[in-house]
Amino acid sequence: MIPLDWYLILAAALFALGLFGVLARKNAVAILMGVELMLNAVNINLLAFWRYRAPDQPVGMAFAVIVFAVAAAEVAVGLALFIAVYRRFNSVAADEINLLKW
Amino acid sequence: MTAMQIVFLLTAVVALFSAFRVVTTPNMVHAALWLIVTLSSVAVLYVLLSASFFAVVQIVVYVGAIAILMMFVVMLTRREMRDRGPQLGKQWPWAAVLAVLAFGGLTWLVRSAALPASPVGEVPATSVADLGAALVNPGGFVIPFEIASVLLLAALIGAVYVAWTRRNS
Amino acid sequence: MGILSQPVGAIAEWLRNLLLGWGLSPGLTTVLLYLIGAGVLATLVQTWVIFLIWYERKIIGRFQDRLGPNRVGPYGLLQPFADFIKIMTKEVIIPEGADKPIYILGPIVMDAGVLMLWAVIPLMPMVGMDINVAALYTIAVGAFATLGILMSGWASNNKFALVSAIRTVAQMISYEVPTVLALLVPVLLAGTMSLQGIVEAQHVWYIVAAPLAFLIYFISSVAEVGRTPFDLLEAESEIVAGFHIEYSGMVFAIFYVGDFLHAFTIGALAAVLFLGGWRGPGAEAFPLLGLLYLWIKAFAVYFLVVWARGSLPRVRIDQMMNFSWKFLTPLALVLLVLTAVLDYFVAGWGAWGQALSHLVMNLVVGWLVLRYLQAWEKARAARRPVVAQPGQYPVARPPRPAVAETSTEAAS
Repeated sequence: MIPLDWYLILAAALFALGLFGVLARKNAVAILMGVELMLNAVNINLLAFWRYRAPDQPVGMAFAVIVFAVAAAEVAVGLALFIAVYRRFNSVAADEINLLKW
Repeated sequence: MTAMQIVFLLTAVVALFSAFRVVTTPNMVHAALWLIVTLSSVAVLYVLLSASFFAVVQIVVYVGAIAILMMFVVMLTRREMRDRGPQLGKQWPWAAVLAVLAFGGLTWLVRSAALPASPVGEVPATSVADLGAALVNPGGFVIPFEIASVLLLAALIGAVYVAWTRRNS
Repeated sequence: MGILSQPVGAIAEWLRNLLLGWGLSPGLTTVLLYLIGAGVLATLVQTWVIFLIWYERKIIGRFQDRLGPNRVGPYGLLQPFADFIKIMTKEVIIPEGADKPIYILGPIVMDAGVLMLWAVIPLMPMVGMDINVAALYTIAVGAFATLGILMSGWASNNKFALVSAIRTVAQMISYEVPTVLALLVPVLLAGTMSLQGIVEAQHVWYIVAAPLAFLIYFISSVAEVGRTPFDLLEAESEIVAGFHIEYSGMVFAIFYVGDFLHAFTIGALAAVLFLGGWRGPGAEAFPLLGLLYLWIKAFAVYFLVVWARGSLPRVRIDQMMNFSWKFLTPLALVLLVLTAVLDYFVAGWGAWGQALSHLVMNLVVGWLVLRYLQAWEKARAARRPVVAQPGQYPVARPPRPAVAETSTEAAS
């Protein structure tokens, strides 16, 4: 069988890649993609712990369901914001949207 | 090395490579497509964890809705077919250092903990039904579930409001 | 285990013994058997498209008062072979500025999304992957068909293809909602998401218990396939051919096959969900008979799809969106809630009692919807500006003012 720490290390790697995407990318949609990668890493962890620790209780799955819902809500609002921002600035590069920067 | 482990390793390689391409490729549509590859391989991982319900939900929610919406927005938010110029900000070395630190720290944590090498017990055949019952059970997760529903509704309305264009402005 | 009572099981057993005899490990044998099964199924289903093309062209021909293909072979049966020879000899043109890998991958992803649907369709008793979330799975892999169209539309580097791709996304995401809601009605009645379980639970076909859900499911899956009257993604008169405008040769043929197969697949899915799948006299004893029944039912639904294509005009894009969000989705939601409540109260009434009470509920809802639509149409007609006064009809149109169109608008 697959040891639990394989899943956890894979999730850690996905999380790190997502973190890099969030911090380094310019395009706002790409930043959102990084956030999605991080949320997926979290979900892998939740389901792996559910399977390896307590498969007879729905706790881990319930958490994962809520993470899915939050991810969907976040993407919906985020993408709507980017469309509104694009209308105003003609760009979705995160470093060009600096009206509040003094 | 068993067949399961080989499948896991192959899936992991695909997931990590495509995730790497997501954060590095200059072409945003390609990034969205690579994201779809990553998310699909995560669905395969869920199958390996015998959570087939979540594998299917992963495809429905992420590939069917989120990734396609992202491609849609990528197409809407630019005027040229291809992105030009560097896609990484000048802070990217710091970001890389932080990401490597995060990965190293997490790996160290995982390695230093005593973790089971194989799953305990079997997943009950009614696990999806149990999940459904727990989500609407007042003693279970009904309040988080309802809050998540309200959050989704608020996001729906908020998204429509934010992206709305008034006809006569 | 006889070849007649368990045809696929017997063949699989024979193959397994053969492979084990070659000294392969049991785990590898299982993987190989799954691969062989998937390959055989995908090949057979795609070959079947040859017949589907003939069937559809023949029926469309009759609808348009012509004969349809009748030159190659008896009744034109070999016409698709001639077509395929022609299309295979054509050059595959990749346009300038196209994104080559995505351009090639687009049709493949679309076709794969359709083929993946066949993995869970219960062809006969005890055949097909019986996963416990199969109903949801059918929705999930539908996303890949959308994705394929989006990819090819974007990669073609053509404005018409891009418009078509964006229309596709809008249409398919909108119509996924009523599809899922209508799909939940048979899931609710059967109490399981496994398609095999849904077929086994249909002592009375669900089209009796849930005719409205069948209608909603049928309409929205036709829209998801992008068939007339919802073929806005390839509207010839507006965006020439839509997402496959740049495609030619074999890559176009993959789209062609995927499109026909998708239409037939939704027929098979509707047959499984609402028409009892492989159920029929003697199907339990002779599973091959079950396959025949499923095929007949799938063709009946497919005929409806072709019929709609032959007789209905294309809808406008705003009409299409309004129809999904303002009509199908609310109706499916109401139906789902009512079905759930009614199912709770008629739990002990036996198969026919349950089905008939659901039928009565459906008829009442359908009648109310029709009355509402009539009232709505009347209100709309009242808002419309009246040209001719009542009692004066027929009259000549009022003479147009001699001024130009723009000045009339400015005056009003």
